[in-house]
Amino acid sequence: MFKKILIANRGEIAIRVIHACKEMGIETVAVYSKVDEKAPHVNLADESVNLGDPTPSESYLNIGKIIEAAEKKGAEAIHPGYGFLAENPDFAQACRDSGLKFIGPDARVIALMGDKIKAKKTMEKAGVPIIPGYHGLKQDTKILVKEGKKIGFPLLVKAVAGGGGKGMKIVHSEENLEESIESAKREAKSSFGNDMVFLERYLDKPRHIEFQILADEHGNIIHLFERECSIQRRHQKIIEETPSPVMTKDLRKEMGEAAVKAAEAVGYTNAGTIEFMVDGNLNYYFMEMNTRLQVEHPITEMTTGVDIVKRQIKIAAGKELDLTQKDVHQRGHALECRIYAEDPAHGFLPSVGVLEKVEMPLGPNIRNDAGIETGLEITPYYDPMLAKLIVGGENREESINKMIWALSRYVILGVTTNIPFLKRVLKHEAFRRGNITTHFIDTYFKDWGEQQKGLPLDAIIGLAIYNALHPKREEVVRYKEPDPHSPWKHTGRWRIGV
Amino acid sequence: MDVIESHIDTSSKEFKENYAHYEKLVKDLKAKIAEASKGGEERIKLHKSRGKMLARERIEALLDPDTPFMEFNPLAAYDMYDNKAPAAGIITGIGIIHGREVVVIANDATVTGGTYYPMTVKKHLRAQEIAMENNLPCIYLVDSGGAFLPMQDEVFPDREHFGRIFYNQAKMSSMGIPQIAVVMGSCTAGGAYVPAMSDETIIVKGTGTIFLGGPPLVKAATGEEVTAEELGGADVHCRESGVADHYAHNDMEAIQIARNIVENLNRPEKTQLDVKKPEEPLYDIKEIYGVISKDPRKPFEVREIIARLVDGSKFHEFKALYGTTLVCGFARIMGYPVGILANNGVLFSESALKGTHFIEICCQRKIPLVFLQNITGFMVGKKYEAGGIAKDGAKMVSAVTTANVPKFTVIIGGSFGAGNYGMCGRAYQPRQLWMWPNARISVMGGEQAANVLLTVKKDQLWRKGKTLTKEEEKAIIEPILKKYEREGSPYYSTARIWDDGVIDPADTRMVLGLGISAALNAPIPKWKPTMYRM
Repeated sequence: MFKKILIANRGEIAIRVIHACKEMGIETVAVYSKVDEKAPHVNLADESVNLGDPTPSESYLNIGKIIEAAEKKGAEAIHPGYGFLAENPDFAQACRDSGLKFIGPDARVIALMGDKIKAKKTMEKAGVPIIPGYHGLKQDTKILVKEGKKIGFPLLVKAVAGGGGKGMKIVHSEENLEESIESAKREAKSSFGNDMVFLERYLDKPRHIEFQILADEHGNIIHLFERECSIQRRHQKIIEETPSPVMTKDLRKEMGEAAVKAAEAVGYTNAGTIEFMVDGNLNYYFMEMNTRLQVEHPITEMTTGVDIVKRQIKIAAGKELDLTQKDVHQRGHALECRIYAEDPAHGFLPSVGVLEKVEMPLGPNIRNDAGIETGLEITPYYDPMLAKLIVGGENREESINKMIWALSRYVILGVTTNIPFLKRVLKHEAFRRGNITTHFIDTYFKDWGEQQKGLPLDAIIGLAIYNALHPKREEVVRYKEPDPHSPWKHTGRWRIGV
Repeated sequence: MDVIESHIDTSSKEFKENYAHYEKLVKDLKAKIAEASKGGEERIKLHKSRGKMLARERIEALLDPDTPFMEFNPLAAYDMYDNKAPAAGIITGIGIIHGREVVVIANDATVTGGTYYPMTVKKHLRAQEIAMENNLPCIYLVDSGGAFLPMQDEVFPDREHFGRIFYNQAKMSSMGIPQIAVVMGSCTAGGAYVPAMSDETIIVKGTGTIFLGGPPLVKAATGEEVTAEELGGADVHCRESGVADHYAHNDMEAIQIARNIVENLNRPEKTQLDVKKPEEPLYDIKEIYGVISKDPRKPFEVREIIARLVDGSKFHEFKALYGTTLVCGFARIMGYPVGILANNGVLFSESALKGTHFIEICCQRKIPLVFLQNITGFMVGKKYEAGGIAKDGAKMVSAVTTANVPKFTVIIGGSFGAGNYGMCGRAYQPRQLWMWPNARISVMGGEQAANVLLTVKKDQLWRKGKTLTKEEEKAIIEPILKKYEREGSPYYSTARIWDDGVIDPADTRMVLGLGISAALNAPIPKWKPTMYRM
């Protein structure tokens, strides 16, 4: 087993990994940029290395500095967390070249899965269903138009190198097809320097359902069931749950086997996630594979009892999986909410500032994965996710109710958060019925911002506290008028019999 | 609170006829008041030529601008003294100065030199009584030649005659009720005691004089020849005698000084009730005109009247199913909580017991009482006497008498017999008692009285073995009916100050609201109930 691991990340995920290491008796090295000097992950680690400038490319994305830090501190392995360098094949390769164990799959697999077109082709070959589409190299607009017509509408045009919705178009009819393809190409070129696009059938009532897999370096692969991640805003998940409200026993078995097959097809190792799109008729299609630990992994941990991070470390250390598919079971239901420093009432604009007060809810089956504490400053440099709140219940209804209760006990003063928004989503009738798609937020909460005009709750609470601390003196000696509505004073001129 | 639902069809022929009939009554009332308000018309010019303001002008200037003046008995002495004393030559009422209620008593020198007829004395004493009961400062705008000598026997000697005015002044002053006199004309003989007995006195140079004996009497007694100014003018009393405190050059200045005095009275805080923001009734108050039948013998539903008098027409009725001829319940008038007792038929034992219970509740809770009187009396007959109606009626009369809260009575229909007592008639000292123009008041109805007298007469003749012819019967009945018709009129009543005024029903909310507000100047004492015959 490793003696020392460097965690090449920050925030809640760095803390999550440090905790796992500490439990296992492994020493930890944190890295941080200048603005994160006082961040909790730095304090928590046994040692830390200052990477300098807060710009990501100069700190958490800087491969050279991180490898150097690991070497300097004598770390044997690097856990990349998620985001930053987690799915960068160059980083995985650089670790290997420096004799450091990268806790994740091979650089080759990361590169393969990072190329959306190659990934789908590989999966298609392995017999995993993929969305009908064109993933060819011939990118002439005319050919794309022809292929597009073959696939049918609604049609999705998406940049090969894309992400975050850039270079993506939904085409509803033939007449807009050519124009949309050209527009997507232009956007792809300017955003990613690569104007290659692919075409795909656009799904009706689409759900995002993913399967967690674990693969050791001895050829054993299991899956840890699904996670439903359909509640997204701008293609960013905000609420995840497991099991999915639409999942059936048979479908779960079938999709789980497909996920394992997909992992096998690429010789995958360590923890990974196969993302599927599921349509209104419960047809499922492979979307992509995430070659890393997922943000939403805690809900799987809560329902299966498997510690995915510890498993990652054990697998990376060469241990054989001591779990078979038969050994893992889903128990109850778990929900995760991502708490962001952002203002849902104003287009989810990030909110920055010092956290004046942080208090997290505690209770049975409530888990806080957080990288914040009172006094911490939220800067504009990194992802605005502050924390994750995970709850488990015997069933879906119980975990929804528990989540609403827990959110209402969550205190974050100093920045605007999406907590009120999350509560509204959880209380929504459609959500409660499990009637969700990836368009849920756009469908039901499009005008939410407009409805939230008025004094912010924080301001009202602030005023209440101020008033409690500074009672108004003049009110204490307020003049009492015993006859406030006296008709003598409010009638004007009046004479009897006139 | 529940809202009273009206069942009156305002578009019905009956309603419209009633309405038109009542409108005439109100028009007639207003014409009478307008006429009486003119005072001694022919003497106005002379009065003004002396640089004096008219009594009503003085009151207007004295009170806060654009505020109410609740005048009492504008029709006092109506149809009396050959109609030579409009309003009995004195104007009284409640108004506000610097926001506080005061009683104003102003002589009208255009009416027989402001001298006191019997009704002038009564009106003056009644205004003082109102001041005393409601703890209101008194402002006397004095301009009077003293007693009306031709009627000295009805003005001077008795308990409730001229002397009582000064008795009341001393009494009120001792109770902490400020007495302020503004001498704006003569104060001769007994009249000199009005300024002399006041806490603070203002006198106007040139017109105001105070003396026990005027120049003619002085000449007759001593041969000394003096002018009135030399004898008792502003300079004498402000610089030498000390009978007056403040020197004014004219009426306006005197009034300004009087306002300054009131501004510095340091009056105690008013009594607090659970007041709410006033609300208009849901139904037009003037619809009362159509609710009351033009035929006075035809009864009307009193809840229809209440619905048009109380805030939001909201009424929380008490014991609605018991003693139903008396309607009792809680409401608000101009925002003030009130307990209302209103007749809806003849009083039975149950009605009297219910009324007694309700008055006691209001006394416990310190809620002012409003009596809407329309009563022919208590039920008579063997069954009812045996049932003890006399002792039950007595309970109600006792409760009314000993009630600690301000009481207000409005005679909205008949006021006959012992019903008048139980429903807080004049003898039971309501803070104010008002009559509507349709009201009637007498010991019993004219027809009943005629029949009683006829039966007595017949019994006497029967013992002598005689009977009466139809003509003889008629000769007995007719004069009785006529007498009751004349004496039962609200104008006969108001002329004699059996009430505080005849009002347009549409003014009822206002007079009650103003009256309650003024009543809050006096504390509500602890309730001490009396013994009830069980």
